[in-house]
Amino acid sequence: MDRFVDLTLSGLASGAIYAALALSLVIIYQATRLVNFAQPAMALVAVYTAATVAPLTGSYWIGFIAALTVGTAVGALAERFIVRPIARTSQLNAIIVTLGLLLIAQGGVGMIWGNQQHGFGYAFDYVGRLSPADVFALVSVGTVAVLLFCVYRFTPLGLQMRAAAFRPEAARLSGVKVGLMLTAGWAFSALIAALAGMLAGPPFISPNVFDIVFVYGITAAVVGGLDSPFGAIIGGLLVGLGMSYVSGYAGPELATLTALALVVLVLSVRPDGILSRPTARKV
Amino acid sequence: MSTSATEREQRAPVSGPASTARSPRERWRALPSPLRHLLLAALALVVVTGLLLVTGDLTALRFAAVGYTMLSIAGLQLLVGGSGQVSLGHGAFMMIGAYTMALLVGNLPMLPLSANLVLVVVVATVAGVLVGAATARLHGPYLAGATLILAVGLPGLTHRYHEFLGGSNGLTVRTAGAPPFLQGLLSASEWKALVVWTTVVIGLAVLATVSTGRLGRRMRAIRDDETAAAMSGIPVGATKVVAFVIASAAGGLAGGLQVYVLGTATPSIFTLALSLTLLAALVLGGIGSMWGALWAALAVVYLEIWLSDAVRAFSLSRDVENNLPIVLFGVLLILVLRFQPLGFHGILQRLGARLRSGRH
Repeated sequence: MDRFVDLTLSGLASGAIYAALALSLVIIYQATRLVNFAQPAMALVAVYTAATVAPLTGSYWIGFIAALTVGTAVGALAERFIVRPIARTSQLNAIIVTLGLLLIAQGGVGMIWGNQQHGFGYAFDYVGRLSPADVFALVSVGTVAVLLFCVYRFTPLGLQMRAAAFRPEAARLSGVKVGLMLTAGWAFSALIAALAGMLAGPPFISPNVFDIVFVYGITAAVVGGLDSPFGAIIGGLLVGLGMSYVSGYAGPELATLTALALVVLVLSVRPDGILSRPTARKV
Repeated sequence: MSTSATEREQRAPVSGPASTARSPRERWRALPSPLRHLLLAALALVVVTGLLLVTGDLTALRFAAVGYTMLSIAGLQLLVGGSGQVSLGHGAFMMIGAYTMALLVGNLPMLPLSANLVLVVVVATVAGVLVGAATARLHGPYLAGATLILAVGLPGLTHRYHEFLGGSNGLTVRTAGAPPFLQGLLSASEWKALVVWTTVVIGLAVLATVSTGRLGRRMRAIRDDETAAAMSGIPVGATKVVAFVIASAAGGLAGGLQVYVLGTATPSIFTLALSLTLLAALVLGGIGSMWGALWAALAVVYLEIWLSDAVRAFSLSRDVENNLPIVLFGVLLILVLRFQPLGFHGILQRLGARLRSGRH
């Protein structure tokens, strides 16, 4: 029973991280119908920035802020100058261009910092049941989710972003700068990915460190429905708990394949995720 | 100018059904497509054998690498370029083939190579049927996501079943070289390169026959418009699963050949980066044609070699040497998508068309 509580608590903490990644995927998918496979790239750039800046300045928090800033900037620039001109040609190209970004980021990080693991600590103690690091993950992801909800729901920027995603043509006619809104969406998404990277990467970082984390993030997004931010958060927590139990009771190597089974099962029953509404499509 | 005009005049009446004397080009077209592709395959094998005879041992191994990489990418081309399904898990099927081969050679040494290769194809086909049937209802980014999970998750099994699959050290096997009567004539690597290429050209002939036949036409119809294809009576789900299975079988066979040449199968070969590199190389080579797979395989094998030579010449670090090919593939991928969506083969085709129109 004790073990079950342990697994539940650590599952919730990692579930918060998967929820953040899923949320970051959903923001972009809602705006452009594109699954951003370059998401681990942004987290990777962010966390390596932090790992470089923090020892130089002697402060974890300066590194933390640098990571979020650089991650956000990379996301916005990548959307504006690389993804946008290519993604509008076809859905296939849209997927492939984000994979290209991922290859560049993984290889680039390996070229500069090496393929071997680096130690990079948390700001908090991460040992024990519901450690301070776990609490920080839950609180920071929760805060970001609430802030994001407020921005989308209550600010003029959020209204414009929703309009641009929902009816780009009509929004453009009403004076919304649709392109700028797309870039803003990617910037938000990259910010959250950078935060998730800072939470998920340590204590050891390497160019492939986010492959598995991203797999769970995408599982969470798919389970919750790529179209639904609330679904992403619920999906993240469910996947976090599920993977924690599978790793704890059956072995960590099986967790990824369990995620695959989960994705296939959910999508076979509900092709657009649990919390999706069925939509009519015009042929 | 004048010769081509007379040629055209001569050709015009010949194409009528009444005529008996046909040009070689038409006689070639009239052959059944499997036979045509087998003849092309035999020709390719002759060319490769000739090249092998004039080059050294090291080149033979590189040729073999080009061969199995090309088979794998050609399978991916049929799936992505042909049926429009994006698989990020092609490396996983290479891994299934590779481990099957290593287990067969290690545990059942009495089986001949041909039986091993057939068994590898069977196992990879079964795996393809399982994954393909499970993912048949997924489309676009969902399928890409699911296959990505497969590519990331599958190598973990080697750690889970450590005694059986060898953990991170993988499996090492010894494969036989040339048979006794060829011992003086061919080195072991040259023999292996020949075996690889014989298998590869047969595999490519099968893929080309599928791609130019009815199945390939149905796949392209689904790729272009799934709804319209379904309305025209094409069984969409079944065709997509068949495309997935054929691609998996090609990938598995390629993995088996890789183990036959290299003698090892380790999880560190079959990473997500491998699957992504295969897809990136395919886009570079030209996603619209099976020829793209040839340029892609040459790029995968030789780019790496040239880059590591260049890196050593500038005495840069090992980190740069290991990662430069990945970065370059990423950069080239984005440039190609932006400026040349049909890849290297598209450029060649355009040049060819310009040359032909220039002559007329």
